[in-house]
Amino acid sequence: MSVDTASADAIKPRPAAIVSRRTFEPPYALITLIILIALWQLACLGGVPAFLLPAPYDIAKDLFSHAAYFVPHAWATMLVVILGFVASAAVGLPLAIALSYSRLLNKSLYPLIVGSQVVPKVAIAPLMLAWFGFGLTPKIAIVIAIAFFPVVINSVVGLRSTPPQMIYLAHSMGANLWQIFWRFCLPQALPSILAGMKMAAVLAVIGAVVGEFVGADAGLGYIILTASSNFDITRQFSAIILLSALGMVFFWLIEALEQKVIPWHVSIRAERRT
Amino acid sequence: MLQMVRNSLRGQEPKSFARSGSSTDGSDSSIAIRGVSKTFETGHGPIQALSSVDLNIQKGEFVSVIGPSGCGKSTLMMLVAGLDTPTSGTIHVGPRQIRGPNSDIGIVFQQDVLLDWRTALANVMLQCDIRKLDPVTSTTRAKELLKMVDLNDFHSAFPHELSGGMRQRVSICRALLHNPPLLVMDEPFGALDALTRDQLQVDLLRLWSDQKMTVMFITHSISEAVFLSDRIVVMSPRPGSIETIIQVDIERPRRLAVRDKPSFSHYVQQVTDIFKSLGVLKEDEL
Repeated sequence: MSVDTASADAIKPRPAAIVSRRTFEPPYALITLIILIALWQLACLGGVPAFLLPAPYDIAKDLFSHAAYFVPHAWATMLVVILGFVASAAVGLPLAIALSYSRLLNKSLYPLIVGSQVVPKVAIAPLMLAWFGFGLTPKIAIVIAIAFFPVVINSVVGLRSTPPQMIYLAHSMGANLWQIFWRFCLPQALPSILAGMKMAAVLAVIGAVVGEFVGADAGLGYIILTASSNFDITRQFSAIILLSALGMVFFWLIEALEQKVIPWHVSIRAERRT
Repeated sequence: MLQMVRNSLRGQEPKSFARSGSSTDGSDSSIAIRGVSKTFETGHGPIQALSSVDLNIQKGEFVSVIGPSGCGKSTLMMLVAGLDTPTSGTIHVGPRQIRGPNSDIGIVFQQDVLLDWRTALANVMLQCDIRKLDPVTSTTRAKELLKMVDLNDFHSAFPHELSGGMRQRVSICRALLHNPPLLVMDEPFGALDALTRDQLQVDLLRLWSDQKMTVMFITHSISEAVFLSDRIVVMSPRPGSIETIIQVDIERPRRLAVRDKPSFSHYVQQVTDIFKSLGVLKEDEL
């Protein structure tokens, strides 16, 4: 037998161990959240005026009693977020691949992409309106401007992270350029690419709201604007809560995708253990 | 990194997959290194890593290359593997001159370079996927190889579930899947603890006597070189050149106990004395 027998035995009961550890995990974050909301409610009962801070109960009442009003607006925002996110990934990932394959592109374009991030995206939002008019297009353009950057940067970092020995190994197997990319570099880069996409998912929601602030006749950003001009602070909170929920669900979706695509990666394994 | 891939692929000659990993028979795996020098251009000027190296390695021979850090022994291996090109001189593996990546070899590095997203078996089968070998016979062979290094129960284990020694054994199996006539290894056991190292040396000798491939083994461990090799190539410090070649006449098959024999200590002492005379090893007179 080999000297590694001890560690081998330690591996075998693994699946059972994970299941039992996961069963007894209390939802700490959820408990904290409930406590915070309760404190908030108490503060409102204790005399914080409703025109400054509406009580959680009133917000919930507004959300549920006017659900029919919120749903189409939430849907409009969601559409911008999803289309903008997909477009960011569709622009960002191929760009990152091109940047990591071409020395010329990398030298001539990469510094500009990084440098372009000093331009405040909110400031160029009205421009997009002037260029693309009303409707979906300007909003998606704003989302791309905000969300594609983390996709590009993280993907480039990931694609560059293939260890030199791995490339040597590929060459010694007679792998061609396509095989090296597909079998070695891309899987190696997936954790970084997905991390970039998670950031993009959150930024896409911000981009959508910015777009709706600048020019829209629908969407949660539009609700916030109109409620603000009517001094309806409860309505503003309702829209903010819906936006946060939207961002959170979207983030979770990408995380679920991560669990599916890179279960072997250390970040996913560490999560399972805690 | 990808730029590096492309640049090094440019100099690549058309590859022949004619031998498709079915057998080593009939393929000449002797290595002939003729007047090979290698100079690296660095920011601080040129650095000569190798200086006129001449070396012949016979088919089926186990040759270790030993020397101090920076003596160019890894560079020599990279040149034989065709992953780098010599500044001057020629390298032939069999009848063929090496001008680009040599795909007729198995290669093992100090790092196991397993793909984290593939199981142990799938990592060994990577050779089959890249070289487009027959999956059925390759799977059978992959399982045979894993069995020979005691990893029968770990086909579906992912690299992160394996110990360092097990990972390196998988990487050796991967290097041998396509039946290469030549196996080059760059300090493959350098990152392992002493006990695991002993085990891997025994495993490697078992694989070698079974597969009969030529082995070029880079190491900085004197006792490892003596234990494994037919011949030990001792290299001098930079610029690396061959100081001497020692024939190790210890009977095979070798067991770990051979290390306690006087003949074994004699060889270890011989290499140690060379390193002392080169000033690589220094000690105070008692």
